[in-house]
Parts: sequence; structure tokens; C-alpha cells
Amino acid sequence: MINGKAIKFGNNIDTDVILPGPYLVHTDPYELAKHAMAGLDPEFPQKAAEGVIVVGAKNFGCGSSREQAPIALKFAGVKCVLAESFARIFYRNSITIGLPVLVCAGVSSKVNEGDELVVDLQNGKVENKTNGAVLQATKLPEFIMEILDDGGLIAHLKRSIGTNE
Amino acid sequence: MNIIEKILARASEKKTVSPGEIVEANIDVAMTHDLTGPLAIKSFREIGVKKVWDSDKIVAILDHLVPASSVISAGLHKTLREFVEEQGIKNFYDVGRGGVCHQVMPEQGHVRPGEVIVGSDSHTCTYGAFGAFATGIGSTEMAAVFATGKLWFRVPEVIKVEATGKFQNLVSAKDLTLNIIGKIGADGAIYKGLEFCGPTIRELTIDGRMVLANMAVEMGAKAGLIEPDQKTLDYVQARTDKPLKPLKSDADATYEKVVDVDVSDLEPQVAVPHSVDNVKPVSEVEGTKIDQAFIGSCTNGRLEDLREAAKIMKGKKVAKGVRAIVIPASQEIYLNAVNEGLVRTFMEAGATVGNPNCGPCLGGHMGIMTDGEACISTSNRNFIGRMGSTKSFVYLASPVTVAASALTGKITDPTKKVQ
Ligand code: SF4
Repeated sequence: MINGKAIKFGNNIDTDVILPGPYLVHTDPYELAKHAMAGLDPEFPQKAAEGVIVVGAKNFGCGSSREQAPIALKFAGVKCVLAESFARIFYRNSITIGLPVLVCAGVSSKVNEGDELVVDLQNGKVENKTNGAVLQATKLPEFIMEILDDGGLIAHLKRSIGTNE
Repeated sequence: MNIIEKILARASEKKTVSPGEIVEANIDVAMTHDLTGPLAIKSFREIGVKKVWDSDKIVAILDHLVPASSVISAGLHKTLREFVEEQGIKNFYDVGRGGVCHQVMPEQGHVRPGEVIVGSDSHTCTYGAFGAFATGIGSTEMAAVFATGKLWFRVPEVIKVEATGKFQNLVSAKDLTLNIIGKIGADGAIYKGLEFCGPTIRELTIDGRMVLANMAVEMGAKAGLIEPDQKTLDYVQARTDKPLKPLKSDADATYEKVVDVDVSDLEPQVAVPHSVDNVKPVSEVEGTKIDQAFIGSCTNGRLEDLREAAKIMKGKKVAKGVRAIVIPASQEIYLNAVNEGLVRTFMEAGATVGNPNCGPCLGGHMGIMTDGEACISTSNRNFIGRMGSTKSFVYLASPVTVAASALTGKITDPTKKVQ
């Protein structure tokens, strides 16, 4: 179970606002995290620090293939991203780096900024503790759950290729 | 099956595949660059595999911050140089050897119809212009490809875009592309494939086809393909000795839907801030003041683009107070532009002509904007802060529209004013 307060965003949140191009030169995830959402809300890293759930609307994460975008969110404190729909590279990258993402119809209307959410990844259930709404998200396929359970693609590959010491 | 299904079926050693199915495909070519490559290398080392799966199938290109713009980017370049040396990767395009990755890839013969190509860059979909299934992936996925040569894909539903009609003078592939994006929307093709067909597409040059495929990702698409024809084969065969295995859609292939576009009356188009699907005919935004005009990028930094722009600018002067920046997309294009006198035309007009690289397109280097400034650009994205300040504005248009606007200092219809 994942729980946390919701921070809401609108449609077409692109990776240039999630992590603007000039910060791509950084390789330290905590350095990237300091600039998470810099294009929209420079205070975001402070707000996310306690552990939050980001709620987006349509086409969350569109734009560039920069994996640094979900990394910045994850290390800033985002535990999970829920949205009506995701751009595909962002979606793949999030799973790759071990940030759970769920397509959840209705989430942008049934959740308000600051609502307390509980997410059951295994079953794709999202519960809004603040207003009592329960939403059914699209369940993640088995092999994606495996990658997330292993903690991301690197750990998953280490286990499957056998480079794990 | 359609062309995308056929390519994915062959790459995953299956007879047939259908939308929604998840397949593991063998990768034919993997491309990485200076901004996403170092992270891929870091992840590759973490996986713990010593050698890449096939050093001949990997291409590394320095293009985003070139020549190095800072101590940090110099470090990124060094990381990539050391990696290609260590791994015996011969297809490496250092500063002064290549240019923007998506131009260099086909130009140097790394793109072939029917193949599966991945790149750690979202505009990898550009190679769909040659009938390849090409798509962008993240750095760690690239590391997984380096290690295994394979990657999972969900077979996408495919939208067919059928273009008919003949372009008016000075209206081009970019205007068609922006028009299609306006119709389909920035999220209209999420996780889907696009296939561009119809007589208008057949008539397009290779340069023009690349504009369409390049911006497929701007509609959320995973890939945007154009069926290979004689033009494709002529281009590709001149650049590679490898045998080609082109594929085409069957006559009875299934599509999720068909979108029709007629270009006969199409006006020049402009995508206005801050969304690529916020597309308007130029007549609605004419007169908007600009501070910078950029001709370049993997969308429109090709020879044909420079020729068209130079025709507009020849013998004229860039408006006072406007910075015009021209960046040929590759060394080959740059040299041709020098030989054809295009560089002279731009310089005499008062434009800056830069070395092949991404330039201001992503706000990393060469032409970053400050608060309140506006740029009209031939590139592909106008997101908030894309070219620098989050309080700056990017308008997207064709090379001739950008050239005409550079001369007047305002967004200008190239078909009316500057002839
Ligand atoms: S020119 Fe722009 S869009 Fe193309 S690869 Fe470079 S940064 Fe990306």
C-alpha cells in the first residue's frame, strides 16, 4: 500500500517542466530532485519532501525521453503518479526506475489538491480517504509488477541475467 | 498486418502479432547521445555486464551541447568517448564529425527500412520516414539494450493518416505536420503508431518525409512510419552496403482509424505557446513580435530547409533587434550549404550560422532566451521553458515562415509579404 497527500497537475504536463533541459547535465538523483517541477512550481521539492502522490490529468509526462524527469520526481519524494493517461516514454521510464505509475480514469475529477490517498498497486485500487471515493485503475501487467517489485529494471536484470552477487 | 505489426512480428520471431500484445523484439540499431548516454552508461555498469551485446549495432553521437558548453557537459562528452573506446564502438560521431543525431543516423547509413531502431531520445521516431520501426526509450532501458540486445514493446494500435492534394507555393511538409498535430492533438496518438500514406506523402522528398515522422511523438505516438518506396531505397542504398529487408502494409491491414487531410488550401501553420497542438493558420498570428528566429534542429535543419529559407532571405536584412540563428543539422549539410552559397546568403543578411548541433532547440546552448522574449523556430517543441526562461515564448513554423519573420521582426506570412 502506498499512501500520501495528492499534489495535482493538469493536462499535457511535459518533461521540460518536470525537469527543464539545463538540469540534464546533473547525474546525481538528489541534485535532479532539487529541480523537480521547476518549470511549473519551484516550491515543489519542499512540498513533496514528506512523500506525496502526484495526480495528473491527460498525457502526463509528454515530450522528451529524459529519464531524469521521473528520477527527479521519485527522489523529490513522489511515491506514485496517477493520471488519466501517460505519455509512453515517461510511463516506461517510471517503471524502469521503480516509480509506480497507474492509469486511473476519473482521478483528475475525484481527487482534490491535498486529499489523502491510498493506492493498492497489486489490485489497481485507489482510495480517496478525504472524500471516500474509490477508483479502479488499470492494473499493471504481471511482468511490470515484477520489475517494480525488484525495485526497477536494473535490479530486475541483475536478478534475471544473474549478475547479482 | 500493417507495416508496424509486420516489423515487430519479424523482430520478435513470430508469424503474426496483434495490437495489445507484448513482444520482446531483437534490436537492430541502438542510438545514444551526450545528454542521455552517460546515464545509460552508468546504468549499464550497474547491471554488471562487461561487454555490450553488439558493438557494431550501437551508434553514439555528440550533438546536444556541442562543442561542450560547460565543464559539466565536457565531462559528459568524455564519459561517452571513454565508453566507445572501451567497448570498441566504431560508430561514434564526435564534435565536428556528425551533427544532430536524427540527421546523422540516416545520413551515415544507420537507418534501414524494416528494422527496429531504438534511441535514448524521443525524436528517434524520425527514422519512420524510411519505413523503420523506430522509437525513443529512456537511458536505463538503453542500458538494458546494451546488455541484452532486446526490449519489450506493446504492439500498438495504428492510426492511418492519408494526405491528398498539392501544396500551395511556400507551404511545405512542416505546415502539413503542424496541421495534423492540431487535428490529432498532443495526446491523440498516445501509445499508438501512425502510418502516413497518400499521394501527397509519396510526392514528398526524403527531407520532407522526415519532418512528418520526426513530430509523430508530438502526438504521443510511439512511431510514425512511411512505407518505403524507390525514393527511400535510393537514399538508403547510397549510404549502406547492408542488405535491405523492407516491409509494407498489406492491402487489408487493420487500422484503428483513418484521418484524412487535404493540403490543397493549406495556409502556412504556426504552433503557438505553450503546446505543440495549439496550431493556427499564420494569418491569425501575423504581426506577433519576435526577438529570435531559429532555423535548424532535427525537424528542419536539412539542406532543402536551408535552401528555401535562403531564397527568402537573399539580398535582404534581418530586422533590427532580431537575432537570426541558422544551424545546419549535420556536417554534410553544412558543407553543402557552404558550397551552394547559402551560408554566405545568411551571413550577409545578418544571421549567425552555427556549427551542427541541437542549438537553442532544447534551451541548452547557443541562443537561450530570457524573460519575456519570443522566438519563432523550425524545431518541434514549444513547451514552457523549452528555450530557456520559463517566461519566454516559442512559436513553431516552417523554414520559410521563420525566414520571413526574421526579416520583419514579427510573425509573417511567407506567401504574402516577402516575395
Ligand atoms: S534538435 Fe531538438 S528535438 Fe532534435 S534531438 Fe536535438 S534537442 Fe532533440
